[in-house]
Amino acid sequence: MKTSDTVERPVIVANVSRRGFLQGVAALGGLVLAVGFPSATRGADDKKYGADGMPNGWVDDPLAFVSIAEDGTVTIVCHRSEMGQGVRTGMPMIVAEELEADWKRVRVAQALGDEKKFGNQDTDGSRSTRHFFEPMRRCGAAARTMLEAAAAERWKVPVGEVAAKNHEVVHKATGRRLKYGELAKAAAMQPVPARDTVKLKDPKTFRYIGKGQLKLVDGNDIVTGKAQYGIDTRLDGMLYAVVARPPVFGGKVASFDPAEALKVPGVEKVVQIEDTPLPAHFNPVGGVAVLARNTWAAMQGRKALKITWDDGPNASYDSTAYKASLEESARKPGKVVRNDGDYDAASGSAAKRLSAEYYVPHLAHATMEPPAAAARIVNGKCEVWGCFQSPQAARDLVAKRLGMSADDVTVHVTLLGGGFGRKSKCDYGIEAAVLSKAVDGKPVKVTWTRDDDLHNSYYHTVSVEHLEAGVDAKGKPVAWLHRSVAPTIISTFDPTAKNEAALELGMGVINVPFAIPNVRIENPEAIAHTRIGWFRSVSNIPHAFAVQSFVAELAAAAGRDQKDYLLEVIGPARQVSPDTLGDTWNHGESPERYPVDTGRLRRVIETAARAAGWGRKLPKGHGLGIAGHYSFVSYVATVVEVAVDDKGTLTIPRVDVAVDCGATVNPDRVRAQMEGACVMGVGVATLGEISFKDGRVEQNNFDSYQVTRMDAAPREIRVHIVPGDYAKPLGGVGEPGVPPIPPALCNAIFAATGKRIRRLPIRDQLQA
Amino acid sequence: MIPLDINGKRQSVDLPAETPLLWTLRDELGLTGTKFGCGMALCGACTVHLDGQPVRACITPISAAANKKVVTIEAVGNQPVGKALQAAWVDVGVPQCGYCQAGQVMSAAALLARTPKPTDADIDAAMAGNICRCGTYSRIRAAIKQAAAKNGGTR
Repeated sequence: MKTSDTVERPVIVANVSRRGFLQGVAALGGLVLAVGFPSATRGADDKKYGADGMPNGWVDDPLAFVSIAEDGTVTIVCHRSEMGQGVRTGMPMIVAEELEADWKRVRVAQALGDEKKFGNQDTDGSRSTRHFFEPMRRCGAAARTMLEAAAAERWKVPVGEVAAKNHEVVHKATGRRLKYGELAKAAAMQPVPARDTVKLKDPKTFRYIGKGQLKLVDGNDIVTGKAQYGIDTRLDGMLYAVVARPPVFGGKVASFDPAEALKVPGVEKVVQIEDTPLPAHFNPVGGVAVLARNTWAAMQGRKALKITWDDGPNASYDSTAYKASLEESARKPGKVVRNDGDYDAASGSAAKRLSAEYYVPHLAHATMEPPAAAARIVNGKCEVWGCFQSPQAARDLVAKRLGMSADDVTVHVTLLGGGFGRKSKCDYGIEAAVLSKAVDGKPVKVTWTRDDDLHNSYYHTVSVEHLEAGVDAKGKPVAWLHRSVAPTIISTFDPTAKNEAALELGMGVINVPFAIPNVRIENPEAIAHTRIGWFRSVSNIPHAFAVQSFVAELAAAAGRDQKDYLLEVIGPARQVSPDTLGDTWNHGESPERYPVDTGRLRRVIETAARAAGWGRKLPKGHGLGIAGHYSFVSYVATVVEVAVDDKGTLTIPRVDVAVDCGATVNPDRVRAQMEGACVMGVGVATLGEISFKDGRVEQNNFDSYQVTRMDAAPREIRVHIVPGDYAKPLGGVGEPGVPPIPPALCNAIFAATGKRIRRLPIRDQLQA
Repeated sequence: MIPLDINGKRQSVDLPAETPLLWTLRDELGLTGTKFGCGMALCGACTVHLDGQPVRACITPISAAANKKVVTIEAVGNQPVGKALQAAWVDVGVPQCGYCQAGQVMSAAALLARTPKPTDADIDAAMAGNICRCGTYSRIRAAIKQAAAKNGGTR
């Protein structure tokens, strides 16, 4: 059955380059400058930081981002992917603020994957706001300047006499006004002002930035079912595909028989997807696809496939055995990655030595929208629709796989039903393109089932963190050894990689700014047996869990208050250069602009403790735990209150989160990210585990891979934002809320029960 | 041909009787507001109303929906409870990625239809089947309470 709804209805997220801005600045020929201002700040040989250091950097050209229609509608392009962080509200809000636009008349359009035009679009690393706050301000201010110039020209008055205000330009002396719509065409004729002449607003006059009163631009569409995600893409004549993929990473199809699958009603075709030689990169793992009239028929067809797999070199990957091998490595010296003072001597002469080992298993993102994408090829040009965190990567890799020029590939970015790092990898987009090619360019949508998602993810690493400390007579640490052992993300791009990369060590193992004179950090080798990827906050999860748990263990051994002891270990407020900590990465940011500021770390810990009523009297079975962590150049501390009953049942009445991410654009979304990170962190601590047996993932769906549900979520989450300064660099928000949660939770459990959790997830350990 | 009543519109579909309502809605009828999350009634993303009762469309065969009234997220706003919930969801700023929220709203609408003044325990019981991976639970709870208050009372 075909209904009228099968008329081509691509995703609603408007797609700028094809709209033709009739009245927009970009449509007027002769005015379109080369996209992106020439940059005086970007020297070829300098080490580049921040957005400068990302592929294709940043663009602040109003011609790329802003258009104004004659009816006054302002369209602002969002070039970053929306996955729940609120970027489609926040990024245009920055432009609208400087543009003096009336938010009610602002429309948001989603950029195609085109980094040359828009700058870097790789939406991860908690980077969008911190990298694009300044470019987007300049972009809005430049557009405002063009409107003012157009008005001054029309009135024949000096431009200094006019000012833009709330969607119109006013001539102060005469009270004359021109609406933005009336100025749109003339403004488009104005030259884009030189960057150094653009005047930004005084933050004191902000009416959107930092206020948090604006509703989400996609809110209404979301609650009425209109919002379009990758999985919702519908194209005329589209086939629906599911793919049987190798159950073991590195495996491939030995042989297959499609006969029974082709008998399933609705199945139209069976197509083999070639596997890709290692490294895994973002490539499909290969397999056999079933194409059908609907997803259900494709799923039934897949069940009927007869496939013999060659499991390949990882057929014996076993989580239990692997954990033991990591532990063995963690108990022997490894590659020294930081060495301050003389650990051995200080440890040898210490009053007491303590040690502990912590384990965090593999995790899967399990985005509520599983990976999904659609593609078609018409006249040698490929169009892809999908939930991509990195649309330019999708464009480049689809082009490479199809043997096309990237210029002939168009990537439409839909809303993402969760990302968390999984959707940085566009294997599903490449699958859709390959399948479309196999059916002569017909549109094909690939939908991953939940099993597919859990069985073929890019997993969070698995790690053993081995810590030792020598303490003085008062229990204060004088020697600190941390051995971190975990397969590296780099193995996904270079299978020979066996050590954690700078970007992993710089996530809370090497760059711990403690006032301890003798520190040795080691990283023994680990070989990866699956695709290792990045999961919201990445290696900060195991590192913060280990470090913040171990400090609490030392405090307990010394008979000290955990919070006071943590502050003492951090030491006095000071600015620590990441270089002196051996951290060459520093989240990609300049060590001068972004030193590790122990004063800010102390402040969030003190703020969270104060807000939570640290030290207050608690009911029986309750306990408070604290953790503070620096990541993504932001500072977050968390106090968790737990209640553990006689049967070992855990509940979480309240969590207090203090965050210092610098100044905020949309404080309501900062709160929302902290709330969400708290729930995800609780899930990581209590339930999350992907395990392997015979090379296969043992979890299939949300019954065996459990995540936190409403009844187990913290009943109350209070977020306390430390005020920031718009003149100072901003920090990340999407990820830094996660790392402090598992240790704060486990520290609270210790306070409540005396039981120390060193292996995640907690699951039934409190009942044992 | 299986007769269906979707959001008040009667239509017939020519599909195997065991085809889940979810894929019929999404792929055959173009109603993509109802989401796929697990396929096993474990996550609630596909929640719709069948004769007013919340059901998981991913495990509901169309044969079981025949001659019953199906209401999806696209039409739940035509009912006062659904409309109040949608408004509260926007006002409280519940959604993050938003993908699960259609199912959340449908479960909440069924809850308020039978329990206009839900307690926290009622909310937990009615909503624990709906997973939100972004972790918006505390705002979902607040929005349900706000909608309930608007609809005539809270506790």
